[in-house]
Amino acid sequence: MNRTRLQSWVFSGSFMLAFLLQLMPVPAALLPLKPYWIGLVMIYWAIEMPEYVGLGFAFLIGVAGDILTGELLGEQALRLLVLTFIVLRFRARLRFFPLWQQVLAVLALLLNDRIVMLIVRGFSGEVMPSLEFWIAPLVDMLIWPFLFLLLDDLRARLRTSE
Amino acid sequence: MAIARNDNATLFAEGTASTLHLIVYLAMTITLMVLDHRGGYLSSLRALVGVLVEPAYRLAALPTDVARAARNAIVTQDRLVDENRELREQLLLAQARLKRLDMLVAQNARLKNLLDAQKALGLSVQFAYLLDVDLDPFRHRIVLDVGANQNVSVGQPVIDAHGVMGQIMEVLPNTAVAMLLTDPTHAIPVVVERTGLRTVAYGSGMIDRLELPNIPISADVKPGDRLLTSGLGGRFPAGFPVGEIRSVSNDRSGMFVAAVARPAAALDRSGEILLLRDQPEPYGPPTLRDDVGPPAELAGPLPAGNASTPSKPAAGAR
Repeated sequence: MNRTRLQSWVFSGSFMLAFLLQLMPVPAALLPLKPYWIGLVMIYWAIEMPEYVGLGFAFLIGVAGDILTGELLGEQALRLLVLTFIVLRFRARLRFFPLWQQVLAVLALLLNDRIVMLIVRGFSGEVMPSLEFWIAPLVDMLIWPFLFLLLDDLRARLRTSE
Repeated sequence: MAIARNDNATLFAEGTASTLHLIVYLAMTITLMVLDHRGGYLSSLRALVGVLVEPAYRLAALPTDVARAARNAIVTQDRLVDENRELREQLLLAQARLKRLDMLVAQNARLKNLLDAQKALGLSVQFAYLLDVDLDPFRHRIVLDVGANQNVSVGQPVIDAHGVMGQIMEVLPNTAVAMLLTDPTHAIPVVVERTGLRTVAYGSGMIDRLELPNIPISADVKPGDRLLTSGLGGRFPAGFPVGEIRSVSNDRSGMFVAAVARPAAALDRSGEILLLRDQPEPYGPPTLRDDVGPPAELAGPLPAGNASTPSKPAAGAR
C-alpha cells in the first residue's frame, strides 16, 4: 500500500517539478536551449506506466500547461496528445531499446513535437520562429538519459525500501 | 512485421491508445484552440484559476530570488565599498544631469505656457516589479507583480527609466502579463524626433532590435535618430522615447527604406518598471455619459469639450 503511495508521489511530483522547471527563468542566452520538461516527463511515464498515462491524461496535463504557460488554449494539449499517442503505440519497442536508441527516438519525438507546434502557431497566424527554435529537441535528447536513469533509479529504490 | 503484430496483439491492447480516442481528443483540442483563438477564453480561464496559477508563478520565481538574496548576503566588504564608490560617482553624474534637466524643464514650462498648452503632462504612474518567470522563449512577455487588485487594466503602457517597454496584455488578480515592444506581433506608432516623420516600429523577435520596414524612400532618416511615441492610435501617450535608429538601408523591393532601431528601454535588464496610469484620451468623440450634475436648464451653456478630462486618482500608487 505504502509502496504504491510512494510511487504515485514520484509520479505527481515529477510532473509538478516539470511544470516548475518549465516556468523557471534561465539566462537570456540559454533561452532557446530550454528543454520541454513536461514532454520529457510525459514520455517517461507513458513508457513506464501506460496504465496511468492515457490520452485523456495527456489532454488534461496539456490544458494545465496551457493555463500556466500557454498563449492559445489547447496548443500544448494537442502537442502532448500526439506525443503520448506515438509513445503508447511504440511503447513495447521503446521500452526495450538500448539507451542510445531511446535517445534517438526521443529526438525524433520532440522534433515531431516542434513540427506540431509550428503547424498550430502557423494556423493561429504567428510569425515563423528563428532557427534556434529547433535547438531545444537536441537538448532534450541530451537530457533524456539522465532523466530516465534518475527516475528509474528513484523508483527502484522505493521498490526495494518498501 | 510479425513482431509488430505481436506487439499490438499482446503487449498493449488498442485500448490504451486507440485511434478513435486519439481522434476524439484531437477534435477536442482543435475545438478548444478555435474557440480560444476567436474568443480569447484562455485569459479569462486563467483569471478564474488565478488562485492556482499565481502561486506556481511565484514558486517558479523563488529559486532566482533566493539566489539573489544569497548573493547579496555573502557579498564581500570591499566589493560593497567598490560598489559604494561607483554609486557615489554615478549619483554625482546623475545630479549634474539633473541640474541640466532642471534648466530644460524650466525652459519647457515656459515654452508650454507660450503655446498655451491645454493640459500639463502630469504623469500618474504605478511602480511594479518583474516576476522572474519565462512564459515562452519565442514570445516576448514579462510578468509583473501587480494585477487587477492594484487597478491594473489591459492596455496600460509599461515604461522604465529609459523609455517605453510595452503594454499590459492580460491581468490576473495579483499579477499581470505584458507584451514587450520587441515581440514579433507588436507594433508601436512612432515619430522621428529630429524630423517629425511618422512611422510604425515593429517588434523583431530579438530583444535588442525594432524594425521600421516602411519609411518612404525620400524621407530623411539617419542612424542615431531618436524615435518617440507619436501618440497616434491612442494607446501610448506621445513623447516617450522608444529607441534609436541603428542602421538604415533599402528594403528588398527598393520601394521603401527599412531601418533597424535599438529599443531605448532596457528590455532585458529592468527589474523595476512603471505603469502609466493616465491613458491618453482616445480619438473620436467622447463616450456618452450618464446624466449627472445640475439639470440642463440650470447648467447654462455647455463649455467646450475639455470639461470631460478624466481625473482618475492615483490610488494604489506605491
